[in-house]
Amino acid sequence: MSVIHSVKPLRAALAAVLINASAFSFGALAQSAPVFEADPAAKGDTPESQMGYEIAARSDRTDAGFGDSKVDATMMLRNAAGQTSERSLSFSTLEKEDETVGDKSLVIFNSPRDVEGTALLSHANILDPDDQWLYLPALKRVKRISSANKSGPFVGSEFAFEDFTLTELNKFTYAYVGEEELDGMMMDVVERFPRYEKSGYTKQKSWIDQTAFQARKLEFYDRRGELLKTLTLSDYREYNGVWRAHRLSMVNHRTNKETDLVYSNFQFKTGLDKNDFQQGILTRLR
Amino acid sequence: MARAMNMLDVFSTALARTMVSLRWLVIIVAIAGSVAIGTQASKLEFSNNYRTFFSKQNPELQAFEEFQATYTKNDNLLFVLVPKDEGGVFTNDTLAAVEYLTERGWQVPFALRVDSISNFSHTYATEDDLIVEDLVVDARSLSSEELADKRDIALGEPLLRDQLVTSDGGATAVNVVLQYPEISLSEVPEAVTYARALKAEIVEKFPHLDVHLTGTSMLNNAFSEASINDFGFLVPIMFVIILITTAIAVRSVTATLATLLIIILSSMIAMGFAGYIGIKLAGPSPSAPIIILTLAIADSVHILIAMRSAMRDGLEKIAAIIEAIRINFLAVAVTSITTVVGFLSLRFSDSPPFQDLGTITAIGIFAAFILSVTLLPALLSLAPIRVKPRAVGQTRGGLMLGFANFVIDNPRFFLIATGFATAALIAFIPTLNLSDQWREYFAPRIEFRAETDKAIEHFGFYPIEWSVPAGETGGISNPEFLAKLDDYTEWLRAQPNVVHVYSFTDIMKRLNKNLNADDPAFYRLPDDRDLAAQYLLLYEMSLPFGLDLNDRINIDKSATRVTATLEGYVTTKRVREFLKQSTVWFEENAPELKAPPTGAQVMFTFIAQRNVESMIGGTSFAMIAIAVVMILALRSIRMGLISLVPNAMPILAAFGAWAILFGEIGFSVAAIAAISIGIVIDDTVHFLTKFMRARREKGLSCADSIRYAFETVGVAIIVNTVILGAGFSVLTLSAFKINMEMGLLTAMTIGFALILDFLFLPALLLTLARFSGEKIDDKGDNYVRHTFSQTA
Repeated sequence: MSVIHSVKPLRAALAAVLINASAFSFGALAQSAPVFEADPAAKGDTPESQMGYEIAARSDRTDAGFGDSKVDATMMLRNAAGQTSERSLSFSTLEKEDETVGDKSLVIFNSPRDVEGTALLSHANILDPDDQWLYLPALKRVKRISSANKSGPFVGSEFAFEDFTLTELNKFTYAYVGEEELDGMMMDVVERFPRYEKSGYTKQKSWIDQTAFQARKLEFYDRRGELLKTLTLSDYREYNGVWRAHRLSMVNHRTNKETDLVYSNFQFKTGLDKNDFQQGILTRLR
Repeated sequence: MARAMNMLDVFSTALARTMVSLRWLVIIVAIAGSVAIGTQASKLEFSNNYRTFFSKQNPELQAFEEFQATYTKNDNLLFVLVPKDEGGVFTNDTLAAVEYLTERGWQVPFALRVDSISNFSHTYATEDDLIVEDLVVDARSLSSEELADKRDIALGEPLLRDQLVTSDGGATAVNVVLQYPEISLSEVPEAVTYARALKAEIVEKFPHLDVHLTGTSMLNNAFSEASINDFGFLVPIMFVIILITTAIAVRSVTATLATLLIIILSSMIAMGFAGYIGIKLAGPSPSAPIIILTLAIADSVHILIAMRSAMRDGLEKIAAIIEAIRINFLAVAVTSITTVVGFLSLRFSDSPPFQDLGTITAIGIFAAFILSVTLLPALLSLAPIRVKPRAVGQTRGGLMLGFANFVIDNPRFFLIATGFATAALIAFIPTLNLSDQWREYFAPRIEFRAETDKAIEHFGFYPIEWSVPAGETGGISNPEFLAKLDDYTEWLRAQPNVVHVYSFTDIMKRLNKNLNADDPAFYRLPDDRDLAAQYLLLYEMSLPFGLDLNDRINIDKSATRVTATLEGYVTTKRVREFLKQSTVWFEENAPELKAPPTGAQVMFTFIAQRNVESMIGGTSFAMIAIAVVMILALRSIRMGLISLVPNAMPILAAFGAWAILFGEIGFSVAAIAAISIGIVIDDTVHFLTKFMRARREKGLSCADSIRYAFETVGVAIIVNTVILGAGFSVLTLSAFKINMEMGLLTAMTIGFALILDFLFLPALLLTLARFSGEKIDDKGDNYVRHTFSQTA
């Protein structure tokens, strides 16, 4: 149980309190968000897994209540030869109703020019493959993406689509590792394990700060359990209690390729609703 | 002039005396020093990367590195599965094996992607959906109809047919692409160990299959395994040969052991130095100790033979040792320097292992020289060597003298005969074909070679890559570009020796068909750029982890990669021709798409050419430096320059003989001239120093000086040639073709050098003397047999 050794006595005590407290209610942790129910399978039954789950849940819930959001994104791709390429996209997101389902999102491609207007609608699921539809303006048709294994690179970047659903709490089981200082902040280090069997990863390791409860760094481990990619989240800004990182830098350690995802113009509570995330909306976007 | 010779005599005599009187100190210092340096050899490692054979400046390597940084690394492991029965690949059992191996393939250390017929991203349409799924899932459960269906799909798929499944469905392959961090030398063995265990596991689990394991990772591993194999196999043989030849030559156990100690210490110093400066051994460089053992022995043998001779002439042991050092000092110094120069000129090579071979051997030879004139006399002074003085009237070198007379009697005949024979051989040099097929670098006893020979019965082996530019960001979706790329793909497919072509256009055609309800009429390139780009976006979003197109399309979609796989039996000459034709195709049909071919095969195709180009400088350097050494040593510009003739001739003759015997040679050819000139000149040095000594000191005629040279060093030259020939012949047993060729060609050169030194050189000297007006038709009546008591 080397995991426990890395936990300082004070943290261990706190862990015990947290775990006990969670048995009754989420009290101080849950803020003003809707009441969630923990998925027992995601939560696990060991102290480390439960504590890991609680830390992840606390982080996830700081996000709760944002309603919907719109944001512009630029992706900068860089390969080992130093060549670069840019993609520009807009994301719209509708908050999940509860933790048994995922957020709904719509991604519209603005550039490169030949894919301009292409739109990807995703309904995140917890254990089943996400439902995804792509509208191809050149074909004027919507195509459902029917692949169980969609962990390939998103538009040639180092991000998999899977990586965008970072905060879907119940997609993982957890293990608390310990705490660690990173960039001058104290972090909780939590490992999480995808429950979706077609995931491209066997493990992710997250660093969550102890003040704003936001993920600052994530490591992705491949099927062999080896470090594949590192994601650094930075430039966090607060929007009425909701934190958003504005720069996400993904480095692939195997291929030495990198992708920077830079967000700008966050808008919240823009009045989007379920109807804006129906399949039919795709053909009416323009 | 004579004073210089006297000074050298004085110096060498004083040196030998000092060494003998301080023998214990000398022995302790020499052995302790050598061992101390030798311990650094523990730092030596064997390289396991074929890229080691290319300098950082090598343009083909640079192009390939750039290519790999744009796409992905090309190191791979290829598992070829061949069902033993006639049932073919599309059976439940074999597909289950493929599925299992594919899944396990991801567990190979450093695996980046795994491709097989089971995880192939099969696409098809149902209504408005693009379905992307693994071609084979749960192979055991497939019905015979489903199996037949899978067979049709796989054999109809241009990306699979003849790449991962043979067109008759008789064999299939699983390809694991690896990306090594390239931090530690343990990476390749780690992946290979895993792959071998995996192969054994498949063989055990699926006994109906023959499994062959090859690929560039196996090649890389073979480089270090072959070197280690050589080390354990050749070095002991070398020692046996040395023991036998030395024992015969010097006829004394203790003298043989002394010689053995000298050459072992020389090798230790060289290898210790190599370890100290961090050389990674590869290919030819691990044969450095064998070459050092071979060459270092010559110094000792010359000194020992002279010592024995002196003792037979009645000198007591210590005096004989000093005399042996005195009369050999110049020759041993000069032969060592010329050999060192020859090997140092390998620093010009474009191939780092040859550079290293040059450095290590040069150090070893230099160490051997120093030890031969310091440690050897000290050791010999302790050795209980007894030689019966020659009986009165008995002379030595009688046979040699007879031979000398034989040449002196017919100088014109030998000059013309050897000259013509050499010229005839030289005439064949243009037919020599440069060949560097890396499959053939290894002897069949090396696993990589045996496995690869089996694999190429079914699949192609040598990939050639192009990164075809589309001219602008996103340009790969441009219909005009796609049309030209398709033309090129078709052209490639029509070429002989091309087994498979991987082109992005096949994916585009398939997607166009899929997105038009699988209508076969749409199996063609989309004619709208946006449509093509959006198909691609959809497809990319549907691909599973690790099976993306990032290894096929660059990041701004302005270039795509085309891979043509050539059959394993193709010749280097044919590859050169094919590469040239491909360039011509671009120039004539699509100049804006022109891309240079790249890949390991391209690097090896031009490795000989690059090395020959770089070694022209190296060989010139060696020639000039050796000429200068010879001019200084013989103190005659004329003789210095003459000495080069019988030394350039055997090298050229050996090339010509090789062309007749074998027809083709690998890139080691580039290094041979530089190595050989430094070695074969030794015989000439010994011959000419004795010849000049006779001319100058004894004032003998040209013919008598030749007699003197034959008589004094004829036997030593023959012994030396036998030892050198044997030493380099040992290299022909190497598992590594480069060493084999280097050994045999050098041994041939040494053989030709002996013939030319004994026949051509004296004939040339006599002819030149006649031109200078000297009367040479003497029968040796005035020649006084030489003994050491006369010169002492």
